[in-house]
Amino acid sequence: MSAFWSAWITVITLAVIIGCTWLLLATRKSETHKETTEATTGHEFDGIEELDNPLPRWWFQLFIGTVIFSLGYLALYPGLGNFKGLLGWTSANQWEEEVAHAEEVYKPVFAKYASLSIEELNQPGNEAGLKMGQRMFANNCSVCHGTGGQGAYGFPNLTDKDWLYGGEPQTIMMSIVNGRRGAMPAWGAVLGEDGVQDVTNYVLSISGNEHDAAAAERGQAQYNTLCAACHMPTGKGMAALGAPNLTDDTWLYGGKFEQIAHTIRAGRAGVMPAHKDLLSEDKIKLISAYVYSLSNN
Amino acid sequence: MSTATANTTYNYKVVRQFAIMTVVWGIVGMTMGVLIAAQLVWPALNFDTAWFSFGRLRPLHTNAVIFAFGGCALFATSYYVVQRTCQTRLISDGLASFTFWGWQAVIVAAAITLPMGLTTTKEYAELEWPIDILIAVVWISYAIVFLGTVKNRKTSHIYVGNWFYMAFIITVAVLHIVNSISMPVTLWKSYSVYPGVVDAMVQWWYGHNAVGFFLTAGFLGMMYYFVPKQAERPIYSYRLSIVHFWALIATYMWAGGHHLHYSALPDWTQSVGMVMSLILLAPSWGGMINGMMTLSGAWHKLRTDPVLRFLVVSLSFYGMSTFEGPMMAIKTVNALSHNTDWTIGHVHAGALGWVAMISIGAVYHMIPKLFGKAQMYSVGLINTHFWLATIGTVLYICAMWVNGILQGLMWRAVNEDGTLTYSFVEALEASHPGYFVRFLGGVFFVTGMLLMAYNVWQTVRAGSTVAKAENPDPSAATA
Repeated sequence: MSAFWSAWITVITLAVIIGCTWLLLATRKSETHKETTEATTGHEFDGIEELDNPLPRWWFQLFIGTVIFSLGYLALYPGLGNFKGLLGWTSANQWEEEVAHAEEVYKPVFAKYASLSIEELNQPGNEAGLKMGQRMFANNCSVCHGTGGQGAYGFPNLTDKDWLYGGEPQTIMMSIVNGRRGAMPAWGAVLGEDGVQDVTNYVLSISGNEHDAAAAERGQAQYNTLCAACHMPTGKGMAALGAPNLTDDTWLYGGKFEQIAHTIRAGRAGVMPAHKDLLSEDKIKLISAYVYSLSNN
Repeated sequence: MSTATANTTYNYKVVRQFAIMTVVWGIVGMTMGVLIAAQLVWPALNFDTAWFSFGRLRPLHTNAVIFAFGGCALFATSYYVVQRTCQTRLISDGLASFTFWGWQAVIVAAAITLPMGLTTTKEYAELEWPIDILIAVVWISYAIVFLGTVKNRKTSHIYVGNWFYMAFIITVAVLHIVNSISMPVTLWKSYSVYPGVVDAMVQWWYGHNAVGFFLTAGFLGMMYYFVPKQAERPIYSYRLSIVHFWALIATYMWAGGHHLHYSALPDWTQSVGMVMSLILLAPSWGGMINGMMTLSGAWHKLRTDPVLRFLVVSLSFYGMSTFEGPMMAIKTVNALSHNTDWTIGHVHAGALGWVAMISIGAVYHMIPKLFGKAQMYSVGLINTHFWLATIGTVLYICAMWVNGILQGLMWRAVNEDGTLTYSFVEALEASHPGYFVRFLGGVFFVTGMLLMAYNVWQTVRAGSTVAKAENPDPSAATA
């Protein structure tokens, strides 16, 4: 901040504190009675009079005490404009110190598992490591994926064998490190409403659901033109793109007719955030091991 | 005692209107509070309906209790007090009447738009820009009526109660206008003109001063009239009035930063917010001391007068919450209390214990005088109301203290590997019993308000009127 604003803040802050203190001291000095009195000021309002009692001593001391504390605080900590305070404290420094301290304390705890692979962590004897993974999952992942990893509408279930991007240990870890962006384009404008209905019927047919056979047949042609590039001609999906398998009757955004139609018409945009800047590699590995364990143990 | 006022006719019509609406909006706002408290215990109570959901009804509750209930209480008492202590009629009956109907229009507009989901998202300033403009117009009219009446006073000095009312009226005008400046996009959508962290600071400068000037200074104005009047004792210390008034309004202005501790707000702003909040302790307590000590020599009246009991207990809750506030503004305490139910408990110690109780006491004091009756229909019902309100408040704040500290400790607990011991939902589950006790406290408080409505209704409609010596018939008022 500029020198002007720094001075502005400093002057006004101190003026308020000093002004209040001056008023307190001046009022105390001018007291006409030093002890409790029944004398009034002579004013009267709708029958209400005012006594000329002195300021209570303990209250006066309390007031002075808070002023002294505050001036001391403003000398030690940043407060008066650009003045940094004698301690050199900043909230950013405090945060960095706490993070450094935590690193120091917790590093050995994680170091025990540094040499183990995700598969090895899932072998008997490493339950404590998986437990840590579970806790970190609860802190970081459960908001979307649920406390047990069972998923929710729009957020994949991690306890089944159905994987959008693949369920191999390294793939799971990559999903956490770099995040994922699922992009299902909107086909409403291309297909028209009739086309959306037809393709929906076809998708229902390949997952073994109730459907209109004639519409599904019409939909198949459009599916092969527009959808097969990602979801494959078989409908089994493509892990490289995160295109879901449409034949297993597992649905991220619901399997009812209108839900599927909406997905085709308006598209979907799923986001798994990247965690590489939020969690250390050690931690991500333990979380990955826990997620792996959900469908493999 | 009131011979000086016998020849003056006051405008009691607007006072009666606001006094009755204080009771009505009190019941509406507090019932809304009980409903959303119940939703936190039994989430199914939102019936999967958007306009009935917690997120929309919560601002309706806060607006209804602060601005509808508290606002009407402040309008009623300030118009009553300024006339009686200045010994003059309000300068304009027409403008006073406009403030009544204008304020009711604001409240009704809030009750319609908030459940519809129309909101600026600024806490305690959720109403959209057309309503904000109406508020500003009504408020400036209020300032003209009040300040004009003080200017016309027949007394040489201005009574301390009116200092506080004036500080409240002038500052709330400034706060409301500055915080609400926004860029309208459509009739019911606007964007704040302030960017990012500046918006946050302006919002909490407004927010904390809504507490400081609306809920503290305004109600201290009320206290300074009704406590000495009901106790029939002089104010304890005029000197204390002077020091605590000026120190209170000077330091409150700065305290808002403590709502943004450990945020993106610059460090210096947080420090200044914290120290000003601490200095605020003594000026806040000045009002409590002046009220409490006014009772010296009249303590025995508490045994027989439940109205006085309301006023005195409100001062105890005021003293307690104005001690708690500065403590919670200390950064290390705030690190535990922030975002927990402790904050909600703190607010309700002030809102139920102080604001509501002193308003209730003041309304019980005024109603017989406004309607020309000797006393309230039933003193026994006032006493029952007093106990319901006190027990309700204690249940509420104790539940929130327990929940708040529990949440603060659970959120910061870590395992030996540095992970959090508890997930959020575990802390929520642990809070469930406290939510039920809070709901119960709210039910107590609203039940008391229903008794009050019955008592007021019976008093107003009672046929037996007493001599109107002290209360000139307002319908005949022509002065």
